[in-house]
Amino acid sequence: MRALSTLNPGERSVVVRIDIPPDQRGRLLEMGLLPGTPVELVRFAPLGDPVEIKLRNYHLSLRRLEAEKIQVG
Amino acid sequence: MKPFTVVLTGNPHCGQTTLFNALTGLRARVGNYAGVTVERKEGALTGADPRHPVVVLDLPGTYSLSPQSPDEQIARDVLFQRLPEVPPPDLVVVVADASNLQRNLYLATQVIELGHPTLLALNMVDVARDRGQEIDLEALAKALGVPVLALVASQGEGIEALRQAIRAQAAAPGTRHVIPRQFNELPEDFGREAQAIEDRLEALFPQRSRLAAAEALLLLSDERTLPNEGDPAGARHPAALVEEVRSARRRLEAAGVDWRSAAIEARYARLFAIEQHVVRETAPPGETLSDRIDRVVTHKVWGLLIFVAVMALMFQSIFWLAQYPMDGIEAVVDALAGWVGSTMPPGDLNDLITRGAISGVGSVVVFLPQICLLFLFIGLLEDTGYMSRAAFLMDRLMSRVGLHGKSFIPMLSSFACAIPGILATRTIETRQDRLATILVAPLMSCSARLPVYTVLIAACIPQRNGWPGLTLLLMYLLGIAGALGMAWVFKKSLLRGDPPMLILELPPYKRPMAGAVLRQMWDRSRLFLRRAGTVILGINILLWFLATYPRPGEIGERFERQRTQWRQTASEPPTDEQSAALLRIDQAEAGERLRQSFAGRLGRAIEPAIRPLGFDWKIGIGLVTSFAAREVFVSTMSVVYNAGDGDGEGTASLAEAMKSERRGDGSPVYTPLTGLTLMVFYVFAMQCVSTVAVVRRETNSWRWPLFQAVYMTSLAWVLAWLTHVVGTRMGF
Repeated sequence: MRALSTLNPGERSVVVRIDIPPDQRGRLLEMGLLPGTPVELVRFAPLGDPVEIKLRNYHLSLRRLEAEKIQVG
Repeated sequence: MKPFTVVLTGNPHCGQTTLFNALTGLRARVGNYAGVTVERKEGALTGADPRHPVVVLDLPGTYSLSPQSPDEQIARDVLFQRLPEVPPPDLVVVVADASNLQRNLYLATQVIELGHPTLLALNMVDVARDRGQEIDLEALAKALGVPVLALVASQGEGIEALRQAIRAQAAAPGTRHVIPRQFNELPEDFGREAQAIEDRLEALFPQRSRLAAAEALLLLSDERTLPNEGDPAGARHPAALVEEVRSARRRLEAAGVDWRSAAIEARYARLFAIEQHVVRETAPPGETLSDRIDRVVTHKVWGLLIFVAVMALMFQSIFWLAQYPMDGIEAVVDALAGWVGSTMPPGDLNDLITRGAISGVGSVVVFLPQICLLFLFIGLLEDTGYMSRAAFLMDRLMSRVGLHGKSFIPMLSSFACAIPGILATRTIETRQDRLATILVAPLMSCSARLPVYTVLIAACIPQRNGWPGLTLLLMYLLGIAGALGMAWVFKKSLLRGDPPMLILELPPYKRPMAGAVLRQMWDRSRLFLRRAGTVILGINILLWFLATYPRPGEIGERFERQRTQWRQTASEPPTDEQSAALLRIDQAEAGERLRQSFAGRLGRAIEPAIRPLGFDWKIGIGLVTSFAAREVFVSTMSVVYNAGDGDGEGTASLAEAMKSERRGDGSPVYTPLTGLTLMVFYVFAMQCVSTVAVVRRETNSWRWPLFQAVYMTSLAWVLAWLTHVVGTRMGF
């Protein structure tokens, strides 16, 4: 298991656990980022943050800080 | 007869507004929901049967019924019939992006569960097809239990069928039986608790029993539906029910069920199954055109270059392109004032209308070209999908001071004018971030400061070795540093909150719809004119009053004597020299009147406060009158120094007049240090009634604009004082 932020651009994996406090991660879950969801890390922004991921056929951008708390594997 | 109400809802970027425009033919009414600055768009359905008129209401885009922003909250509240000003929906049309089915159906199934007569408009089926996805509409309709229509709203495909379906429903409302259904197989414990709350809701609010099941689910799983513990104010449910929900959550926690995520996971599990069932992959998913564009637009080097180019183009256009219509508007306003002034009998009423009302309205209208251009660019950036990329690119920089990538455009726009900048903050979801951006936006040096800087640089700064340009650059940099610094301070103190989580969708690029973009530009600009205009007009009239009264008759008599004397000595026709002398008498009279007016007295009254900055009472008058608008400083100083009206070549003569101004001891008033101090003051001070009015409107209270005026003016004083003290110590 590793953090989503450690994937290389183009690499795919599956969400295992989201270590963001439950009261803050509601919207993330509603956007379809749930344990068991396949994700692909598309790229990092030119300045290194945030990251762009692809899930459920669409593109979403998150900060590294959050991506570090999303475990994939 | 009450019109049949159709409510449009859907995810952001699903093409909902395009569909709305297609249904209502760009003749929508745009207003605001009571008490908030959320846009309320509604219009009559074109082609509706005149016996059954239909009103279409376009709700703000939302990802779910658990709102994260004021916009999303309005969408939820309309669907839950919580807004007394909005009639209950007779039909809900959920717009869904066919190429992003699962996430769009998340909201769609939530809405279907509300039990309103519902119809699914499956938009962008062409995009899905291009990606190799064929959707079985019949199977989807069966799975959802509502009619499904396929559309390509941007091409007008499927619009007629949707219009037909709406017409049929309007002609025979209530005929379609609504089957209550749920799209999430909840864990057993959770389902039991939800059922108990639903029963309680039905007993408590029998008139809203249709919504009870959906409301119970949200009460249980969305923690923000309940008031904060120990703060019953703002609760919309009886305390006993709130307590019941809390104890249900505790029981679930004890049983190991996560009440926040159970319903979300159950719904996505079902949506995944539905997608598997209705979508047939006809081709392996490859790289789309949008992906290819993004490889360049978000590229490490090209991406940043393109971004800088786009911003430069936008900024230059707002700055320069707007100049022509602005000059035109000014000319028209001046001509109108001149015509009214010469047609009406001279007197105070004449003066009030020409200099108070007409120039007051003019001072608002003159911003219109800049505002229209800004809204045009913002509309284009939003409509094409580039806005999300701009936020993606700039988020890193803005997060350094605790802001969001979306704050970048408002701050940049404020270089042209803080008003469009503040209006552009509407795209920022979190209240704290939006407020922080609004509070610091006027620190960016706007175009109204430019005339002030220009005159002061001409009067005070040595005109050699590039000093003038360098000084100007310094002022702009000072404004940027101030804005970023204060944003950081506010986010650390007053507007503290968790660093906002960035959850930013990067939608596929699309071609902008010219009609819709122009229409939106005009709607937003008109709203600005109407609301801000009234306040600005009022304050301009007040300032006119302060600068005009009292008018002791003694002044008129004194200057009339001088004029009589002039007439006795002047030749016919008068020589150039004699004409100039008459002009000087007129200017001296205007100057004397201003010095004797309330504004002049105010200038003297504030002298003790500005003396530590090295300013005298004449500068004080300029500061007082430029409270309405910074550029008024120039015309006021022209009157104070009897140097004409400050237009055109007046700037040069004003600078000359200022250069020759002496203090009691014979030293010049306008030393480089005085100029610098005054400019620093203008960088930071809140001297713009229009901005105050817009902030009042956007924040819906006087608290924030007043706070902003106080903090900015205090900051201006302290920094100007520091400049003066340090400069004096260094021997300037």
